[in-house]
Amino acid sequence: MLLTVFALFAGVALVSAIVVVLHRNPVVSTMSLVVTLVATAGLFIMLGSPFLAALQILLYTGAILVLFLFVIMLLNVQRERTTTTRMSGMFIGAGICALVFAGALVRLFWSAYADTAVKPLDPEAFSLVSVARDLFATYLLPFEMIGLLLLVAVVAASWVAKKPESADDPDAIEVVKQGEPR
Amino acid sequence: MIPIAWYLVLASVLFCIGAFGALTRRSGIAIFLSIELMLNAANLTLVAYSRIHGDSAGQMFVFFALAVAAAEAAVGLGLFISIYRLRHTIDVNRLNRLRW
Repeated sequence: MLLTVFALFAGVALVSAIVVVLHRNPVVSTMSLVVTLVATAGLFIMLGSPFLAALQILLYTGAILVLFLFVIMLLNVQRERTTTTRMSGMFIGAGICALVFAGALVRLFWSAYADTAVKPLDPEAFSLVSVARDLFATYLLPFEMIGLLLLVAVVAASWVAKKPESADDPDAIEVVKQGEPR
Repeated sequence: MIPIAWYLVLASVLFCIGAFGALTRRSGIAIFLSIELMLNAANLTLVAYSRIHGDSAGQMFVFFALAVAAAEAAVGLGLFISIYRLRHTIDVNRLNRLRW
């Protein structure tokens, strides 16, 4: 039973991850990444951390990927007009590299953890109360710093993405004049 | 009980799919999506290790990784908007100047 659930989540995650990587349309890629992340959230629940699963769905699929969709629609990104064809040397080379790396990692993990007996889940150590205690006591300083980091990131992002002040900005005109082939 | 090695194997395969995408895709957004996929695989590994050792530190790392991913997405997408305004493309093959 548990194995079936694991196989379901793992299969969904793998298939949608492959769609993310191979599909030319960025909107389809993004929605497929949503499916991968939700399947991974299911795996998080199976590993005994429902807090992270909820966070994954709220933060990743709810906020970050919506931001991606916003930007895709704002920039009107079309399907990739590929400068490299599907079966170019780079495609094959990267595929071989990924396969070799995956094989090495799988072998490493398999030989190291194939016969590791997992201790039964300790509800005390994995409860929401203990997560809160970790977050606000043991890791209080990193927690505050992550808040500062988010503030800095938001300020930087809104500064970088803002429109140039005036249309007759000398830099902007020069850029348009010597513009690259569109 | 599912052997914990399976989670690690799944995470490494997901990571390599993401790495393949980051190497072969040419659209900046698609490369970014592949990187998010790799981050997610690393998170899965951390949660699995946290389960093996019965220690919640791995979960805290994943929490912080999520927050950093949010910051990274905000800044990265802001950069894409800025680049698009200047060059009208985010195809990385055409973004080949250090200065413009």
